[in-house]
Amino acid sequence: MTLAIGDKVPDFELVDTDGVPRTLSHGDATSATVIVFTCNHCPYALAWHDRIARAARDYADRGVRFLAINPNDSERYPRDSYAAMTARVARDRDAWPMPYLHDCTQAVARAYDAKTTPDVFVVDAAGRLRYRGAPDGDHDDESQDAAWLRDALDAVLDGRDAERAQTRPVGCSIKWKA
Amino acid sequence: MRAPDVELLWWEGCPSTERALADLREALRDTGLDATSVHMREIENDADALAAAFVGSPTILIDGADLQPPRDDEPVGLTCRIYHRRDGRISPIPDPDDVRDALIRAATRAQVRTE
Repeated sequence: MTLAIGDKVPDFELVDTDGVPRTLSHGDATSATVIVFTCNHCPYALAWHDRIARAARDYADRGVRFLAINPNDSERYPRDSYAAMTARVARDRDAWPMPYLHDCTQAVARAYDAKTTPDVFVVDAAGRLRYRGAPDGDHDDESQDAAWLRDALDAVLDGRDAERAQTRPVGCSIKWKA
Repeated sequence: MRAPDVELLWWEGCPSTERALADLREALRDTGLDATSVHMREIENDADALAAAFVGSPTILIDGADLQPPRDDEPVGLTCRIYHRRDGRISPIPDPDDVRDALIRAATRAQVRTE
């Protein structure tokens, strides 16, 4: 079932690349949580990664927590294995101001009806979906700087609805298990 | 100038085909070649990918040669392909200047062969 803006989003528990279990409900966010379905092997996810990471740093002191989740079938796509995720984070920890979680059963991606990598969900402090879609309008234009995501976060932090609450996620299709 | 054979291999799970084709046609026009001459080949399943040694969508072959030959350990499969722009950025489509240069090289090679 597709989540609609305003819906309560499902909680989850997934392990990050340090082996730490992370949940949506027991995080340190006071204002909002950004869930980004992403992966290691998709050029769209890679092209947008730095912009998303920058937003994670910029909003950290405003009570916003980012969680990156890799949902891809790692048997068919070994570059998305837990080991490969761990190695990627270890290679450049500065590029990861957010935990990188492994959705090995794909249950979380299915519960959120995630479509692509990346696919961004902004959840407010009450656990309700406030934005879903792409980080910004063009993976190829660094200057857009995750503007749609930032606009949505600013709206949540200001206590208003995002002007653009839903956009089409753009990227590689999630690689579902057969 | 003899037009090189230009083929674009694509997979529907990757949204970059349209933009890659547009860039390719623009590069063909810029180099004085026929922009309508691109042969599109869909890669529909794993068997197609294996047969074509397809490492991701889009893959552009010019006179049968990959625009950016993949590394030997690049896995074959249905996925979006990672390209590196000349400025270092990662992109799902090749740098237009790389496409243009490859077309010029191919056309020049063909010209030399016919002289």
